[in-house]
Amino acid sequence: MAHRIEVITHVNDTRSEVMRKNLVSEGFKIETAKVLEVYTINKNFNSEEIKKIAEILSNSISQRFKSNEPFKDIDFDFALEIGFLPGVTDNIATTAKESIEEFTKHKFIEEESVHSSTLIFLKGKITEEDTKKIGNILANKLIQRISVKDKTSFEKDDGMGLSIPKVHLSSEIEITKVDLNISEEELLKLGKEGILNHDGTRRGPLALEKDYLYAIKEYFEKEGRSPTDIELESLAQTWSEHCKHTIFAAEIDDGERTARARASEESSSASSERREPIDKDGLYKGYIKKATIDIRNKKGKDDFCVSVFSDNSGAIIFDENYLITDKAETHNSPSALDPFGGAITGIVGVNRDTIGFGKGAKPVLNKYGFCVGLPDDEEPIYRDKDLKEASLAPKRIFEGVIAGVNAGGNQSGIPTPQGFSYFHKDYKGKPLIFVGTVGLIPKMINGQPSHEKSAHNGDKIVMIGGRVGQDGIHGATFSSETLSAGSPATAVQIGDPITQKKFSDAIIKEARELDLYNSITDDGAGGLSSSVAEMAKECGGCQVNLETVPLKYPNLEPWKIWISESQERMTLSIPEEKLQKFMDLMKRRGVEATVIGTFTDSGRCIIKYKGEKIMDISMDFLHNGLPKKTLHTTYTKTERKEKTIPEPENLTNTLLELLKNPNIASTEFIPRQYDHGVQGGAVLGPLHGKGRVMSPASVTKPMIETTKGAVCSQGLYPKYSEIDTYDMAACSIDTAVRNSIAIGGKLSHMALMDNFCWCSSNEPERLGELKAAAKACYDYAVIYETPYISGKDSMFNDFNGFDKNGNAMKISAPPTLLISSLSVMDDVTKAVSLDTKFAGDLVYVLGETREELAGSEYFPEGKNVPKVDAISAKKLYEKVEEAILKNLITSSLSPSHGGLAATFAKKAIAGQLGMEIDLSEISREKDLQRNDFILFSETQSRFVVTIDPKKKEEFEKLFESESFACVGQVLDSNKFTIKGVNGEIVVDTNIKTLEENYKFTFKNY
Amino acid sequence: MLNDKILGTKSFRRNIPQDTSCPRTFQENLFVPKITFMNTSVVSKSISLPKVLVLTGYGINCEEETAKAFELSGGLPTIVHINDLIENPRMLDDYQIMAFPGGFSYADDTGSGNALANKIKNNIEKEILDFAKQDKLIIGICNGFQILTNLGLVPAKENKYGQRQAVLMHNAHARYECRWIKLKNTSQKCVWTRNIDTIHCPIAHGEGNFYAEKEVIDSLIKNDQIAFKYIKDDNSPANQEFPFNPNGAMLDIAGICDESGRIFGLMPHPERFNSFTNENGWTLEKEKLLREGKELPTLGKGLQVFKNAIEYFTK
Repeated sequence: MAHRIEVITHVNDTRSEVMRKNLVSEGFKIETAKVLEVYTINKNFNSEEIKKIAEILSNSISQRFKSNEPFKDIDFDFALEIGFLPGVTDNIATTAKESIEEFTKHKFIEEESVHSSTLIFLKGKITEEDTKKIGNILANKLIQRISVKDKTSFEKDDGMGLSIPKVHLSSEIEITKVDLNISEEELLKLGKEGILNHDGTRRGPLALEKDYLYAIKEYFEKEGRSPTDIELESLAQTWSEHCKHTIFAAEIDDGERTARARASEESSSASSERREPIDKDGLYKGYIKKATIDIRNKKGKDDFCVSVFSDNSGAIIFDENYLITDKAETHNSPSALDPFGGAITGIVGVNRDTIGFGKGAKPVLNKYGFCVGLPDDEEPIYRDKDLKEASLAPKRIFEGVIAGVNAGGNQSGIPTPQGFSYFHKDYKGKPLIFVGTVGLIPKMINGQPSHEKSAHNGDKIVMIGGRVGQDGIHGATFSSETLSAGSPATAVQIGDPITQKKFSDAIIKEARELDLYNSITDDGAGGLSSSVAEMAKECGGCQVNLETVPLKYPNLEPWKIWISESQERMTLSIPEEKLQKFMDLMKRRGVEATVIGTFTDSGRCIIKYKGEKIMDISMDFLHNGLPKKTLHTTYTKTERKEKTIPEPENLTNTLLELLKNPNIASTEFIPRQYDHGVQGGAVLGPLHGKGRVMSPASVTKPMIETTKGAVCSQGLYPKYSEIDTYDMAACSIDTAVRNSIAIGGKLSHMALMDNFCWCSSNEPERLGELKAAAKACYDYAVIYETPYISGKDSMFNDFNGFDKNGNAMKISAPPTLLISSLSVMDDVTKAVSLDTKFAGDLVYVLGETREELAGSEYFPEGKNVPKVDAISAKKLYEKVEEAILKNLITSSLSPSHGGLAATFAKKAIAGQLGMEIDLSEISREKDLQRNDFILFSETQSRFVVTIDPKKKEEFEKLFESESFACVGQVLDSNKFTIKGVNGEIVVDTNIKTLEENYKFTFKNY
Repeated sequence: MLNDKILGTKSFRRNIPQDTSCPRTFQENLFVPKITFMNTSVVSKSISLPKVLVLTGYGINCEEETAKAFELSGGLPTIVHINDLIENPRMLDDYQIMAFPGGFSYADDTGSGNALANKIKNNIEKEILDFAKQDKLIIGICNGFQILTNLGLVPAKENKYGQRQAVLMHNAHARYECRWIKLKNTSQKCVWTRNIDTIHCPIAHGEGNFYAEKEVIDSLIKNDQIAFKYIKDDNSPANQEFPFNPNGAMLDIAGICDESGRIFGLMPHPERFNSFTNENGWTLEKEKLLREGKELPTLGKGLQVFKNAIEYFTK
């Protein structure tokens, strides 16, 4: 018999109070809300035992409980219960079950279970309809279920009743053969909608295009049989845009190469010797990777790259004994449907890209980037024509992804010192959720280079971590498609950071040094189908027995086991003689580990299920069988007219309004809820100065005992894409580089990562924009000598849906390139924060200001988007670096979104000291005389620094060959004034007012 | 081997993460713990340095920096997985100090610190209580403090070790909060807070709102058990005002000890203030010192907490 335990908090119940406040702010007339924890225990216990169990699951000081009966002393009108849908990971229940098992010394058997839920008693002027609405706000219908009772029926039924969410799958497991001798129309439908079920429904997108389908058809014709469902699903995963990056791999515009390019190609035998991108190698190999190769060749003995583009993360030298790794991912599609789940599995997933680097790196810091729709946009949009499936509003997505990274990062014990939020109306349909992790690994482990690994013939295939369920089926193929009504709900996943923390510790901190495995990789997109098949490349084959894979619930079909993206899993390759020791260690660490097969050198990927061979594909076809695409691009730039606006009379108000722009305003509430001090190496985190201003760069010491610091920064300018994606990419790169320089980063030891998030990438125009951006990636990285070490692309960030009137609509995310920089500084005590520090210090602007307002936060019209002169910028950056090392710079921040005006204001707010600026002094292009343009232009490659007046001479001498000027000073008052080019005061305000405006927009978040 | 009977040969243990490329064994650690930290080199004197058991497992995540803080303070820390301790609880005899580091044990499910406390109670309650009653030291930081209160090791009014008497509840604003705060030492008794008057420290928690019933609070005051209180920048009481008191704790309580002053639980993280460059606003302090022509310190003031524990045995 099942039992129900309800736990109520009777002192300081802040959660209930916050719930009430939130519901009131959503417009519900709630007088009281009372939140209870509920445990449903599906196992036989007597009433004495269940009471004891309730005691250990509650707190005797602050809580009371009831077992198998409801509380009778709660005043309410409606009761609302939120629990999980069957099969959804329930972490609280897992913990409760473990506590109960250890307490009672009785293990639960397979049919027995624990489930957690939340019960909310609401009192107020609300209806049953309102309560359901509240349920839909609090719960996510894709993973949770709600039930509502009014007081009368609650009392009549004596409570909410028992409900056990168990998955019941048909026990008839069938391997379907898929006939490919069908019409082209049917074949295309198979690719688009998936394998046909008996009942006429389809299994969900394979995302296989026509030429891929024909290649598969041809292969199986040669094999003399039809493929099984698992073979087709497996190929679809392996060949997906998400896994193979088919667009970045495709030859681009071949045959249209310039005569010059062709001539130089012919004149040079080794293509790597030419310093320019190569179209026929595609955007990845010919542009991004080519930049890295060219830079490494040029740097010669100063090359600091160790492992680039070949592993789950990229790695560079940290110091003589350690490597530092970096990786950034996106989790856009899952986050659109379930922001919390999408973001938590995103961050915990990219942690595995660190753990899965080489023999296993330790995650030392997390990064985030949230690109979402405008937070006040509440106009509904729908995924379906019947207007039943509404997309989540941008604000809800924003709050959900923040909470997801909070849970994932905080629970994993990894600091999150670095991140940003960016808002644009066209992220409404599909948000871009970036997550990144930096890792640390000794160069040598057990006498072997740590970045090298290889599965050996005869090694056991071992899966560790979570169990496999239906969650995340078709994640890889789904994210390769646009978001629409057909998007599978099973693509949603729930994270379980503690399960991962347990195996992460067991691997990185123990098994790695004990040399217990030959290779390791992450089970990410595509699940086992991807991880096992990838590792099998290292030895030449594999054989897997799928019935050995531990499942969340019985009777999961083999093809689902193989491609499921159930989270928190990794695959290892373990030599037979070390297996017992490895399995023992995992058991002692509470980590589930299972042998699921053997790596072979057979040249085949073979899968058996209960003895029957259900997949047998050649490794070569699996990995290299996909036809290479050739993409054709066009890039027609629309002729933009230089528009203008009259110069505002009152620039004070303009500045104050600009500080409220969500892309400039403080989102301090995010870093405040992200642990940025764990691991003890925080140096300069997300907030600087007494005024707590958001910093675009961070410094972290990944090892407490050394002075070396990891400097991270990020740059992106989605608004510039509309004007010119080449310049957009150039500005993103320049920003990531110069933010790092501003805080103390070292240009000669700096690596980059590219995260392309494009839209409609099957359209030649979009591909043309992409190619231009990739060209900038090549050009600028080569000049700065900052190699790309890893990257990722997400090519279809489009939303195909309906507006509130049922009209079809498409929202494409603006072509977005996130550039992340990772630099190693030798001595963190040299780091410079952005806050002004002493009255009397001089304010300098380094670099020339130009009239480049197009795409800016101030006046996005026009055509002059900022252009980057990297050659002169590089000279300036080297000088700034030198000045910082000589302790000449007291505070530093580089202008980006919002230009000089936002930069002056942020520095003053951070230092809580006044400032006076004279615009006439600012070094600028000849004709630039408008105060607003000088203040708000987003010209790149500039810095605003303050210095000790005693160091004026030394400082100015160092910069004498650069464009720079002393433009004002830090004041011993709270006044903030800016003098215009003609000597008139154009901004006159104070620190308090600036701060109030800067912190206004998100103050209630 | 020397330690086999203490450690159990099967017991796998981790060392402080000084050089993970070549993990020193526990035995080596015993004799030559050479610590290089910035420009300072500390070589320990003898084998008699206090040994610290730093607990880990199931989501504890501050074990490495906690061990490092003890190491920098002259102790000999060993990180031990709770399952190894459960398998061989007698290893406790070998240690003078036990640390429950911060983290997210069991993801705070069933209440922060509750599930790990249950695990201890269900397996090695007696051994832990024995350790607590001896002339040894225990510290619980953040999640470790939550575990200590659930285990009943603090406040342990009337020496009732094992009885839960206080609770760390959800923060008053019901959200995880990460920031630097200021503390005042208000106890003469607490071993761990000696030589500290006021100190900056980072906090990072969702459940740090200290609560106990009136008689427990009265006894805490009477017995000088309130070790750290949140204060404002000008050293006046925080008076539960956010953000100075970041979680709404009663009487601005940030840390308490048991009646003997040996067992200490606190929400702030002194181990995260191990270096000068950790402190919020250190760049301003750096500029001041540079302009005065002074040298920059290297170590962080938070280490005093750990030094006090080591000196309890060495001085």
